[in-house]
Amino acid sequence: MAYSPHTEADHQRMLGAVGVDSIEDLFDDIPARVRATRFAIPPPLTEQEVRAELSRLADRNRIASVSFLGAGAYRHLVPSVVTEVIGRSEFATSYTPYQPEVSQGTLQSIYEFQSLICELTGMEVASASHYDGATATAEAALMACRLTRRHRIAISTAVNPQVRRVLATYCSGPGIELIEVPADLAEGGSGLTEVPSAEGLLDDSVACLVAQQPNFLGGIEPMRELADAAHAVGAQLVAVVEPTSLAMLEPPGAYGADIVAAEGQPLGIPVEFGGPYVGLMAARMESVRQMPGRLVGATRDAQGRKGYVLTLQAREQHIRRERAASNICTNQALCALAATAYLTAVGPAGLREVAERSMIQARHVASAIEAAGLGERRFETPYFAEVSVHVPDAARRHAALAERGIVAGYPLEGEYPELADTLLLAATELTTDDDVAALVAGLEAQR
Amino acid sequence: MSVAERPPSTDASGRGAAFHSPEAGGEPTVVQPLIFEASVPGRRAVRFPPASEAARAAAAGQPSLPASVLRAQAPHLPEVSELDLLRHFNRLSHLNHAIDLGFYPLGSCTMKYNPKVNEWAASLPGLAGSHPLDPAALSQGSLELEWLLAELLKEISGFAAVSLQPAAGAHGELTGMLMARAYHRSRGEGEQRTKVLVPDSAHGTNPATATMVGYQTVTIRSNERGGIDLEALRAALGPDTAALMITNPSTLGIFEDQIDQVVAAVREAGAISYMDGANLNAILGRFRPGEAGFDVMHFNLHKTFSTPHGGGGPGAGPVGVSERLAPFLPAPLPLLVEGDPDEVRGKAWAGRSTPGARFALEEPDARPTSIGRVRSHTGNFGMFVRAYTYIRSNGDAGLRAVSDDAVLAANYLRVRLAGAYDLPYDRICKHEVVFSGRRQKRQHGVTTLDIAKAILDHGIHPPTIYFPLIVEEALMIEPTETESLETLDRFVEIMLGIAELATSDPEALKRAPETTPVGRLDEAGAARRPDLRHVFPDAATEPD
Repeated sequence: MAYSPHTEADHQRMLGAVGVDSIEDLFDDIPARVRATRFAIPPPLTEQEVRAELSRLADRNRIASVSFLGAGAYRHLVPSVVTEVIGRSEFATSYTPYQPEVSQGTLQSIYEFQSLICELTGMEVASASHYDGATATAEAALMACRLTRRHRIAISTAVNPQVRRVLATYCSGPGIELIEVPADLAEGGSGLTEVPSAEGLLDDSVACLVAQQPNFLGGIEPMRELADAAHAVGAQLVAVVEPTSLAMLEPPGAYGADIVAAEGQPLGIPVEFGGPYVGLMAARMESVRQMPGRLVGATRDAQGRKGYVLTLQAREQHIRRERAASNICTNQALCALAATAYLTAVGPAGLREVAERSMIQARHVASAIEAAGLGERRFETPYFAEVSVHVPDAARRHAALAERGIVAGYPLEGEYPELADTLLLAATELTTDDDVAALVAGLEAQR
Repeated sequence: MSVAERPPSTDASGRGAAFHSPEAGGEPTVVQPLIFEASVPGRRAVRFPPASEAARAAAAGQPSLPASVLRAQAPHLPEVSELDLLRHFNRLSHLNHAIDLGFYPLGSCTMKYNPKVNEWAASLPGLAGSHPLDPAALSQGSLELEWLLAELLKEISGFAAVSLQPAAGAHGELTGMLMARAYHRSRGEGEQRTKVLVPDSAHGTNPATATMVGYQTVTIRSNERGGIDLEALRAALGPDTAALMITNPSTLGIFEDQIDQVVAAVREAGAISYMDGANLNAILGRFRPGEAGFDVMHFNLHKTFSTPHGGGGPGAGPVGVSERLAPFLPAPLPLLVEGDPDEVRGKAWAGRSTPGARFALEEPDARPTSIGRVRSHTGNFGMFVRAYTYIRSNGDAGLRAVSDDAVLAANYLRVRLAGAYDLPYDRICKHEVVFSGRRQKRQHGVTTLDIAKAILDHGIHPPTIYFPLIVEEALMIEPTETESLETLDRFVEIMLGIAELATSDPEALKRAPETTPVGRLDEAGAARRPDLRHVFPDAATEPD
């Protein structure tokens, strides 16, 4: 075994103490009739060999030289100091902080994380983390069902399709009905959730309305009106947000969101083929006992020293078992630490710069495509840092550009048949003027 | 997924100590101030280059954000220098115990060494920089890695198919139970099968998962040998049974030696058998659940396959399934769409790519029987890279030796500590051993919590305590295969010393821990007066 510390003499001493002749004897309790008949795993590799194998796989990927792909996962700068913090093995190789006396580093960092997420979202309580934004959203919607004792969930079709799919899977368990609230995707439409449709579909059987700001197509939703529509029938508003946008956009707590869920990946976490990311969830204090996931609280010891503990654990599976608010146990603590270090590193001015630069470059690319006569924005409405652009023959051009290492955003047609020939283009602070020029030139060449 | 540590009473100290409550007055002593307290307006750690004039000019013609949606007040994020930031988090890190600092025999959590080459691999720019929605032509390496890892997990477990999507053990359980439900529905038995059988020694996630799927939990008692009671199981099985969820080896560290009869009985009743794979570290190369007839199992890559626990996550909880559950696996699966699987595997084991092989993700709705997505993208990819690296480093012989040494170490501790602590199930164990502190409690008033806190003063993380629930004052010890004999012997000396102290000076144990950054904390007070975030003095209150 590659990491065994035991010498032959160690083995002999241990076997002697146990009183058996061989390790084989310790497996006598596995009946012969159920023993493994095969185990065709390749032979061990040295570090040199395993590095070569992993390099082979890494080299088989082609990292795009120019990319306008976002659609829920964004390439932002990950400051070196963030990587350094989460690389500390005191954080990385510790377990869930069940023994608080020797886990204050993890516990205090989670308390700081909860504080930061409350600050960003304008909410009163934030959980210690969820698997990702999609599962956080699903858990938020189920939480709304528990709070309202209702069993239907309404969700806008302008919410990220992957999030909607995960919500559908989670709802299939307890048999909760999902209602889709349409977005206006017609030619000349707004690309936003239709408020009158929401009003028409919501009634006192609906636990919550789930809407995303900015929405999946990039647009700025009328969240206040959607909150009012939900509240008018006693339903909750579950706001799905993008955290860097909250440097500019009003916090969900200000427009009446009852629960907030988000994908925290933009906060210092690499795109890494989809994970590990971190799901954020925040809510009002009055709802805390129905909140899923771990919570850290401040307290004191007998000597009057301040300390932090996992708290309100009566919500959780290890205490409450079948009556728990969720089955979640392992979460994404190290990714939450990355988000904490990231928000600390960039500070209020840096986060605003990230949001502003991303917005400027999104407008830059939309403007450049329009100016070159290559396409036009699909919707007239304001957007944040991602924009839906109609480009004739989009699928062919997207594929051809990918061959050259240019990713022309996310083709929307697969998930939205109404949005044929429409590309969702994302920009971040890493998007350069050269990237914009390369995309325009690439599209031009495929005319 | 993990395990409970539940103090026996609401008083976490176990001795009715008077904690300093805020009402009693006085500011607490602060070990490390919050990062917010280091904040100085205008201080910066990271700056970003300004947008060019050309970009600004081009953007000007585009719609701007309406004033009505703009934020009125900037969020209170810390304003610190990079050095301030680093010192803050480094100091916090010094308050943690971690595998890389010392022994961590936390039962059911498999706190083995996390090899550093795994971290090297996960940080490769070609892998970490791979976007999950990139066209498949750009992601062949990521997709091949996922496909190869799934192939290895299939071989290790004996299952017909694997999905890597679930993010953690409990998430794998949810996935498994949703598949069980989809299976019963496909046979027209969805309405009738509503009950999940769970042994009384089960992890709390098992019953919590059953509830999330809309099932009722029925608890099955264990027999006097620590295994599931076969008669009780047979009596409970019926046309209303959806599934049995069982951990094997059990949370007592005991292999279910009637496992074939258990699986056969469940199958005969038309139900699904789920194996909680938390304890897979004990049986690599010895027992393959798929081969033994289980329908589904989750793997904990953060236990068996050495990905770091990160202070509670991220983990990864892939599921393996039998042929009959394969149609219901979450979508999308990474697929080999061109090329011969045997050739691709064979070449990869030799460190080579197969010319012409092509991988792709399944189309979203290609498999209508699928339960759908359980999370975004294809899972915690960074954990897949580490687990793949670990499995390839160990290879067949290494993985067998993992289980051999994990089991040998647990049995060594079992024998060495058996005189000092009660051993409710005194038989050969697998990777962990469960003692009871009931003797210390009854004879000397020393609880298992006291024992755990005393262990902290020796620079060792305590075992899991008060779990499994069926053992009074439980101490669940999992040494893992990567600890040296010297470490195990030192732990034995410490545990024997604590047992001795329980008889000679029990009060000393109640004072513990005394060398940690903080002492026992007022957990009851924390729950009574929840203080879950820092409140800024000038915070604008949000409208209700």
